[in-house]
Amino acid sequence: MDVDLILRVYPFFLQAAWVTIQLSVLTAVLGLACGSLGAAARLSRLRIFRIIGAVYVSLFRGTPALIQLFILYFGGPQIGIQLDAFEAGVIGLGVNIGAYMTETIRGAIIAIDRGQTEASRTLGLSRWQSMRYVVLPQAARLMIRPLGVNINALIKGTALVAAISVVELTYTAQRYIGSTYKPFEMFLLSGTLYMIIIYATGRGIAWLDRRARIT
Amino acid sequence: MTDTAFVEIRNAAKSFGSLQVLRDINLKVERGQIVAIIGPSGSGKSTLLRAINELDPLSSGEIWLEGVQINKKLPHRQYERHVNQVRQDIGMVFQHFNLFPHLTVRENITLAPKLLKGMSAGEANALAEQQLAKVGLMEKIDAYPSQLSGGQKQRVAIARALAMKPKVMLFDEATSALDPELVEEVNLVMKQLAEEHMTMIIVTHEMGFAESVCDRVLFMDGGVVVEEGPPEVIFRNPENERTRAFLRKHLQTNHNR
Ligand SMILES: Nc1ncnc2c1ncn2[C@@H]1O[C@H](COP(=O)(O)OP(=O)(O)O)[C@@H](O)[C@H]1O
Ligand SMILES: [Mg+2]
Repeated sequence: MDVDLILRVYPFFLQAAWVTIQLSVLTAVLGLACGSLGAAARLSRLRIFRIIGAVYVSLFRGTPALIQLFILYFGGPQIGIQLDAFEAGVIGLGVNIGAYMTETIRGAIIAIDRGQTEASRTLGLSRWQSMRYVVLPQAARLMIRPLGVNINALIKGTALVAAISVVELTYTAQRYIGSTYKPFEMFLLSGTLYMIIIYATGRGIAWLDRRARIT
Repeated sequence: MTDTAFVEIRNAAKSFGSLQVLRDINLKVERGQIVAIIGPSGSGKSTLLRAINELDPLSSGEIWLEGVQINKKLPHRQYERHVNQVRQDIGMVFQHFNLFPHLTVRENITLAPKLLKGMSAGEANALAEQQLAKVGLMEKIDAYPSQLSGGQKQRVAIARALAMKPKVMLFDEATSALDPELVEEVNLVMKQLAEEHMTMIIVTHEMGFAESVCDRVLFMDGGVVVEEGPPEVIFRNPENERTRAFLRKHLQTNHNR
């Protein structure tokens, strides 16, 4: 193993890791927004919203994320959507993970006993108040761990944007392999950095989950 | 104002799909009256109670509370506003308590008054303390529901309903999920409400309690009111054969327990 090489190139990998972190955070935020909207649509009183929600979920879970990215980044200009690679990466991955998060959030909400809604409605709370003050606070606790699983998948999924030339961890590894012919070291380096990011995120999620249980 | 009784149910019918659960039910409850509903499992007692506050809206018929029709046919938005309003006047106590587990006892009680009656935190707190004192649970005010026994949970659920100052209280087998030794503390609270002349409709399996507390008893079977009358008649000298059979069976199983 070429330790000298690793010591020489690792600062560039740290920069790339920062890009991966930014991608992950923005994607997670967009994903949570899409997931919340998706879950609201899936649980709507109105059939049309339920259908839209269901179509969103099956479309984005039913096709490879890579194809979705390609359609957005390479196909987008044809229909007037001009995005740089990073933007396309965030939007493509965010909307994709949002479909999974839709199901996570919806699952947590419907897991709350109907009696909770009934008791609050009986007191005179509106549908929204009952959701806001009684159901969602309980569902939020239930969804921390499964959303953590979605976020774990999302972080690993950011590797896909190497295919549209975003200079993140995977792309950077590929680039240095091109000039050094040392794939083992380069992938090991980026793999290690992925692991650190994922481990730290996992600890954060576990901490949140523990806190939510205590209060 | 219509000339309706305090609580009045007229020609109530209810189907779930093709299953007819209530047929032509009529009931008048005057202010301060206490009515017990008894009958075998599946006879439609819960459905009737849940129809009164629109949890399970009737298929046909009318429900009135103090001259206001509860189950008005209205466009969606108006209907929602209407039920949110009338439900504030109807307290309901469930078999499984349905306390909010993420809130303390205090918060369980103050949630609705704060949101719906615009009470300040101070006013709501005072109200919570007053209601808890009434059910004898002041010391549990900052406990979470998971820290309470079943009997305590149900007393908090009653306090929560009372905090909205309802005009009528509905009890759906409030003691059925309790261990036998915890039944009495809940019954005592209900008896106290009776002494304060709270209007109550009580679905129960406890014939002794119904007899001692209620002004009138309805026996339901197969979605109809088979027989109704004062407790001493229904329990001591029922006319209908189905009522007799039910009471015979019920008293027997109670003895065998
Ligand atoms: N939401 C529902 N959907 C379909 N059937 C129901 C529903 N709720 C109650 N039922 C049926 O209605 C009948 C009466 O139920 P219920 O009112 O709970 O009876 P009780 O409280 O007297 O035991 C039962 O046959 C029950 O299965
Ligand atoms: Mg029942």
